[in-house]
Amino acid sequence: MLDDTDRRILRQMQADPTMALPDLADLTGMSTSRLARRIERLRDRDILRGPRAVINWRALGYSVEVSLRVTLDKTQTRAFDDFIAAARDIREVIEIQTFLGRVDLRLSVIARDMTHYQAIYRDQLLALPHIADIEALMHVARIKSEETLPL
Amino acid sequence: MMELDDIDRALLRALAEDATQSAGALGREVGLSQPATWRRIKRLTDGGVIAGRRLDLDREALGFGVAVFLGIKLATKGRVSLEDFERAVSAIPEVQTVEHVLGMYDYRLRVVARDIADFERVLRRRIMTLPGVGDVEANVLMSEERRPGPI
Repeated sequence: MLDDTDRRILRQMQADPTMALPDLADLTGMSTSRLARRIERLRDRDILRGPRAVINWRALGYSVEVSLRVTLDKTQTRAFDDFIAAARDIREVIEIQTFLGRVDLRLSVIARDMTHYQAIYRDQLLALPHIADIEALMHVARIKSEETLPL
Repeated sequence: MMELDDIDRALLRALAEDATQSAGALGREVGLSQPATWRRIKRLTDGGVIAGRRLDLDREALGFGVAVFLGIKLATKGRVSLEDFERAVSAIPEVQTVEHVLGMYDYRLRVVARDIADFERVLRRRIMTLPGVGDVEANVLMSEERRPGPI
């Protein structure tokens, strides 16, 4: 199980994932070697992974982002598996999530502009299997995006 | 907008997977010297293609068994400023992301909680009491998968 020290370390690392080990040791009030051992243990248990680089798709010319909310035809027993496998083949799909609720599935789709999005939507997204209903939310702005856990 | 070549794309893919890799190690994979690799990573960072670095924590191992996506419609548009709503919602620690969207909802939130009872507490005490909040739709996250995207 995790103790308060682990939480303190993760809290600081979340706030600044690029912080050097000695600085992190200062902040958490631990020796560098003890801190390194703690971090190693968290990594071994796969609780801590990364950091990963976050790609800013806008800087690469992808100015459109759409949240596609999908309801599947659940009379088809393989609806989820078939749909997800096919969605993985669409390069512009950057996130696939499944839900318990009014919506079964959500895809995050990026495109260079609306014309490009229209092409992906018609040729690839609407061709995905077992769709019963589909609705789109157009992305305007990201207000908060750090995705930190309240440790 | 930044144009990428194949080596940039390979570096970006590798860093999005694991940003702890050194320029030397990455360079060996793509066939570049350590300084040349470092310069490319710096260019990607300075050009805003790499927006930052993010830890990838095992949410459930850290005690947050539930993640819920909320679609929120503002009830009194015009009377409550979007800035007030955005500031208040961003200040809630359990709210990990806030996205302003167009469509059947105005905002999309990602909320974490220890369990469903804890989620209900966050929903009632913190979300439903936000200024201007109207219809709320909740979908409990079952699985999620991030894809490499078009690089």
